[in-house]
Amino acid sequence: MRALASLLCGYVFGWGLFISGMIRPEKVLGFLDILAIPSGNWDPSLAIVMAAALIVAGAGYALARRRVPIFEQENQWPAQTRIDRPLVAGAALFGVGWGLVGLCPGPAIENLASLSPGIVVFVAAMAVGTLAHDRWYARGTAAQAASLAHAGADG
Amino acid sequence: MSNFTPISAAIGGGLIGLSAVLLMLLNGRIAGITGVFAGLIDPGSTDRGWRATFIVGLIAAPLTAALLGQAIPVPQLPTSFVVIAVAGLLVGFGTRLSNGCTSGHGICGIARLSPRSLAATGIFMFAAIVVVAITRHVIGG
Repeated sequence: MRALASLLCGYVFGWGLFISGMIRPEKVLGFLDILAIPSGNWDPSLAIVMAAALIVAGAGYALARRRVPIFEQENQWPAQTRIDRPLVAGAALFGVGWGLVGLCPGPAIENLASLSPGIVVFVAAMAVGTLAHDRWYARGTAAQAASLAHAGADG
Repeated sequence: MSNFTPISAAIGGGLIGLSAVLLMLLNGRIAGITGVFAGLIDPGSTDRGWRATFIVGLIAAPLTAALLGQAIPVPQLPTSFVVIAVAGLLVGFGTRLSNGCTSGHGICGIARLSPRSLAATGIFMFAAIVVVAITRHVIGG
């Protein structure tokens, strides 16, 4: 049931990106191009998409906070609250990639439906970037644990 | 603002918000594509099932639209596969490092009033706006 529920959620999400036009990278770039405001060619649609999504999600999350999920024991709300260096650096790197082609992860994956070679390259590179991060992160935490163990042994 | 499509943007945005709410009410999870994707492809992942079906649903939406007679849009991308690959690497690495993307931080995070997500969203929006300004108006201008 959990798998079916998330199939439905992915499907609704996909329709949202499709109907709003956010599946199209050129439309996203039309929003990010704020220097086009004076010429009248700026496309503020993405701001409306976010505003509508936030109104619905904000109201829905307020409700979800007071309930336990139907197919799980409890809600998994993110626990991190600190604005730390990985957050800032990661968001900046992501923003550069997003600005280069106009694709963020959701629309990139959804666009696989088009079988466009460029999309396949993008999603493959995104997978490599994801796995590279996780390898690097795992090595860092292993080294940290080793140095902590070392310090402990010394103390 | 001839490209502005406020009505379809509001309907589509509402559906994205609805999807986030449904995933929390049903499965207790944040609808962040970064986490869904990483948890699906990571070799050590143990909880792949619901992530795989979420992605199947995501891709099924435009395929259904095609069955209903709507053309699947052909995404306009840079001609250089090198640029596309570099962008993909940056998006994959960056979203993982900051633990979220447009969906996880931009929608789910801001919807639960997380200052962390608000900061991330401001930073990636700003970086993307600067890059588009350079590629379209400095280099491309």
